[in-house]
Amino acid sequence: MTGTAVSAITVRVLLFASYSDVLGLDSLDLTIETPATVADALNRVRSLPGGERLPAKPLCALNLRHVDAATRLSDGDELAILPPLAGG
Amino acid sequence: MYLSEQPVDLTTLIAAVQSPERGGIACFLGTVRNHHRGRDVVRLEYSAYAPMVEAECGRIVAEAESRGNVAVSLRHRIGRLEVGDVAVAVVAASAHRDEAFTACRHVIEELKRRVPIWKREYFADGTVEWVGSGAAGQADSGTAGQRVSDLHLTGALGRATR
Repeated sequence: MTGTAVSAITVRVLLFASYSDVLGLDSLDLTIETPATVADALNRVRSLPGGERLPAKPLCALNLRHVDAATRLSDGDELAILPPLAGG
Repeated sequence: MYLSEQPVDLTTLIAAVQSPERGGIACFLGTVRNHHRGRDVVRLEYSAYAPMVEAECGRIVAEAESRGNVAVSLRHRIGRLEVGDVAVAVVAASAHRDEAFTACRHVIEELKRRVPIWKREYFADGTVEWVGSGAAGQADSGTAGQRVSDLHLTGALGRATR
């Protein structure tokens, strides 16, 4: 396709611990129109059953690094939504 | 590998960083407590986002080792642990004790702030809870003291002081 209008990317979203419990999912693939940010993906996850129980600003990691909600997403990214950390 | 399902072997971790030039070795062990907020804990279960644990622990150890002639070994257990079991071990070796203590402290503090590991506590009364999440996972990253801008700021300050 050589379309000029909207394009879309697919992002893999990972959920862990308490967030995985409330959504009943470990992971999902989101297809999202570009340009898209972490915040856009979070809004989509919030629209899923149980997603309303996510906090306003959850900790997020993109491709194994901490990021903030304004970070831009690319096709094939792995976005992890991280419950409060409890290591150690 | 920083994560392990096997018991932590402190001797191995010490041997990995000991050398003739590094005479000071500091160790920190985090073990499973039998209580949390006044309630009796019988055991824990740790889970993790394993690929990110490996990546973030690698970055934390590299930060500590970049601050002088310091060598660090680090291990965190996942899976089921009983009261008294070692959950995390940090060993830092350097020529002198100051550097060793500083590196050891840096690694355990940053691990707690940045490394994606979670624990579920099993209480004596039969209840089970994810630590830090409240009843329904409502805690914000901000309230947990882990807002990402803070992480970046701390990293920048840490480098600036050296």
